[in-house]
Amino acid sequence: MLPMENKTCQQLLQSLSDYIDGTLDPSLCDILEQHLSGCENCQIVYNTTLKTIDLYHTAASHEVLPGDVRKRLFLRLNLEDYLQKE
Amino acid sequence: MREPERQSEFSLAALKAGDRDEFARLVDVYSGPIYRLALKILNDAQDAEEVLQETFIKAYRHLSTFEGRSSLATWLYRIAVNEALMMVRQPHPNVVSTDEEVQTNDGELEPLQIVDWHNLPEDELLSAETQTVLDTVIRRLPETLRVVFVLRDIQDLSVKETAEALNLSETAVKTRLLRARLRLREYLSTYFKERLSENSKRTK
Repeated sequence: MLPMENKTCQQLLQSLSDYIDGTLDPSLCDILEQHLSGCENCQIVYNTTLKTIDLYHTAASHEVLPGDVRKRLFLRLNLEDYLQKE
Repeated sequence: MREPERQSEFSLAALKAGDRDEFARLVDVYSGPIYRLALKILNDAQDAEEVLQETFIKAYRHLSTFEGRSSLATWLYRIAVNEALMMVRQPHPNVVSTDEEVQTNDGELEPLQIVDWHNLPEDELLSAETQTVLDTVIRRLPETLRVVFVLRDIQDLSVKETAEALNLSETAVKTRLLRARLRLREYLSTYFKERLSENSKRTK
């Protein structure tokens, strides 16, 4: 019983990215979802992986191009006459 | 933050003909994402700025040869990634080939930290300290993994676009993406495990 369980945990791990990205084969999805619902460790790995991606994504979305960097870029490209247009 | 598909908004004919209006619009739309990309790869504002400038200088020079096999965005990312990687590799000629680091032992995909931190309060997950940790641990990834993670999960390119931008197969992108995600999860779990135990000490 235990080794079998382990094998599915490994399978989930290998397919985790595809599962998260929604590109996993539907039949495999069913197997993994069934496993997930009963395996606490896999649930944790799945949830924390999702959150990891989410944290990086959220953090980056707040980053904007600093005004002085933008200004120097336009100057370097001889596009300074476009600088006023935000 | 998904960058909308904006290519159709640009007139390729005008860009290829050297139209300044159109080029200025292109710079406006993509300077933010390209700066962010360079910053994530290089982790140095000055280097990132240089990559940003070089990317658009090269793009301007080579637009006439752009064949449209990939999207304009992917093409720009590809130039930027190449510029950034050149910069990463320049000052460290003796660093081991990063491709080798990707081939690690079988046990690597085994998660060690099984700590459920995903429900921590938002103010903790988005704190300035967490922000610093995010920046610190992503640097611990070999650049081959980091670049894939940045393009796919931070810049929101598809697997196919990431493969095009890096000149890799989609299979290679997927393998690296999985490794990158799991490693970052591992690093963050180690950090949040400490936070959780500190929190529980405080409430006792």
